[in-house]
Amino acid sequence: MSSAVDAMLVMVLLLNFFVLGSSRIRSIIYTVAGQGVLLGLLPVMVHEGIGLRQAVVSVGAIGLKAVIIPRMLMRAMTDLPIRREIQPLIGFRTSLLLGAVATAASMGLAARLPTLGSAGSQLLVPASLATILTGFIILTTRIKAITQVLGYLILENGVFIFGVLLLEAMPFLVEVGVLLDLFVAIFVMGIIINHISREFSSVSTERLSTLKE
Amino acid sequence: MGLATIFIPLLGAALAFLLRSNARRPLVLPFIGVAHLAATLYAISEPSRAGSAAWVALDPPGRVVLLLVSVLFAVCSFYAVGYLRLRSDRPNRVFCGCLLAFLGMMSFITWAGHLGLMWVAIETTTLSSAPLLYFNRTGRSLEATWKYLLVGSVGIALALLGSLFLGYSSLAGGQESSLVFEDLVRHAPGFSKPWLHAAFILLLVGYGTKMGIAPMHSWKPDAYGEAPGLVGAMLAGGMTSCAFLAIIRVFHIVAAAGEAEFASRILVAMGIFSMGVAGVFMVRQRDFKRMLAYSSVEHMGILVLGLGLGSAGAFGAILHMVNNGLVKGVMFMSAGNIHRAYESKSTGDVAGALHRLPISGGLFLAGFIAVTGSPPFAPFISEFTILNAAFSQHRYAVGGFMLVLLLVVFMGMGVTVLAVVQGTPSAKARKTAFHDRPLTIVPPIALMTAVVILGLYIPGPLQAMISEAVRYLGYTEVRP
Repeated sequence: MSSAVDAMLVMVLLLNFFVLGSSRIRSIIYTVAGQGVLLGLLPVMVHEGIGLRQAVVSVGAIGLKAVIIPRMLMRAMTDLPIRREIQPLIGFRTSLLLGAVATAASMGLAARLPTLGSAGSQLLVPASLATILTGFIILTTRIKAITQVLGYLILENGVFIFGVLLLEAMPFLVEVGVLLDLFVAIFVMGIIINHISREFSSVSTERLSTLKE
Repeated sequence: MGLATIFIPLLGAALAFLLRSNARRPLVLPFIGVAHLAATLYAISEPSRAGSAAWVALDPPGRVVLLLVSVLFAVCSFYAVGYLRLRSDRPNRVFCGCLLAFLGMMSFITWAGHLGLMWVAIETTTLSSAPLLYFNRTGRSLEATWKYLLVGSVGIALALLGSLFLGYSSLAGGQESSLVFEDLVRHAPGFSKPWLHAAFILLLVGYGTKMGIAPMHSWKPDAYGEAPGLVGAMLAGGMTSCAFLAIIRVFHIVAAAGEAEFASRILVAMGIFSMGVAGVFMVRQRDFKRMLAYSSVEHMGILVLGLGLGSAGAFGAILHMVNNGLVKGVMFMSAGNIHRAYESKSTGDVAGALHRLPISGGLFLAGFIAVTGSPPFAPFISEFTILNAAFSQHRYAVGGFMLVLLLVVFMGMGVTVLAVVQGTPSAKARKTAFHDRPLTIVPPIALMTAVVILGLYIPGPLQAMISEAVRYLGYTEVRP
């Protein structure tokens, strides 16, 4: 099973790079949804055999990360005049480079932390850290509100990968908390996006810059 | 029984959502506020069950925070009635409901005895407080709400990662997999150290974001600047204290693992840095509500600094948390009144508040003197305790920095505050309808009275509660 898990984690990392280099918001939403499917399969793959807990987490993760949230974002897209992330604070090539540095740093950092060999693959920890850092890069360098939400989703995906490591040891409630909170956070953000579009007729946080020192 | 402190506000929130009358709905707030205070007094009068490995249990630091939040809310709820009466043109259903849910979730944080449960509670406070910031429905308040949600969610995501790291640290150390605080503290000596260090940093950054210590404070000036005064009071006095409670609990685990020195170094550095950032941005601040936000950044810095300075420092920090919460209530409520009267919060338009609103202006000035740590007010005692802790441990650089930064903040804040209260009000400001009313001035006066009393002497029960909290952190000798 370990080689299959490795392959999935490599896919997750590749999708990170795709997001970093892409300007079309629609394709970023699809990519993040694809990442959601991979992550949803992860608990079942890592903890061999399907228990109730793995099944619930998997179905919940795929439902939220790959179906519900992407659909909400897509619906927001149809109401809005934007299609592309035009002027990010740093160029796409620089983003990719930063992403590569972040991934390498995650590998280096994970190698220095003692890991339990028992569960899954040695790639879980570095993949988790690299995905979190990718989310950070997107969050801080893109200016459209919707892309920032996508960055936050990627960051949460990274946290989820780490959570898979602890699925057996951690209480069920915490896992539910992860999914529920993600959902509510995005839900509220969705409301805000709607308000932003009504207020400014374009969802760009660049316009949200009256409050400055 | 004590769990009523969580359920009473939630029931109140449901009631607020159900009530149809916009004029009568705010009356739910003081009703619930007083009931919550009664439930809180009952809960803290029971002997604490420290040592019980339950998911829901009120630990000694949690008792202090619960009392602070409850008192602050009870007082603010009367102010809220007066405030919402002035804003009767606005629908207040969401505002009242969310404010009560926010109180319920803050109480839940104090009761949470489980790392994951506490995380859920803190995330829920972010969600329930976001609509409060957007009460005024302006572009600026929308921007503030957006920043608050986004920055807050990122902080909370990092705190979740930190919680997972802490769990992994326990597994990697071959310990039983429990995230109940009492178990974590008991098993902490066996934790894997590298993971524990990483977990502490992530949890400090994550909950530090909620608390608003620099450099994760970017949401604070906008949120406090745009939110109604009473929401600012609840955020700056209540929510930040709850986030500090989370950091106290994490520190407790790390200290139990024998890594107190590692954690203290980081806490002291973050504290000094926060005070420094606050000092820089406070100078020439023209917006008096944003000024209060930087004051909050400064005081959050003092709290984490105190926590990093051993038992006397921890005593000072917990006492300061109470004092700061009460003074922030005074300042935000009086600032809200001044804002209403002048319809501006910039020192360009606001002058002569002592003339235009003698009581609110006077409270604002008194609050400034108190918050900057001048005797005879309460923050002087707690700041002095922390300074004393630094010097008695021969940490002269830390104490020296703290003294200098307190002075910088005093001067920076003083310029803005004096510009607000002195001078003569403009002709436009004289014509606005707002004037000091009992409901908008008695609540801040009540808090100011408490600040003066706490400055003269600390009542025995409060002293005992704080000492118990410090002992709970593992310090044997508690010297206030």
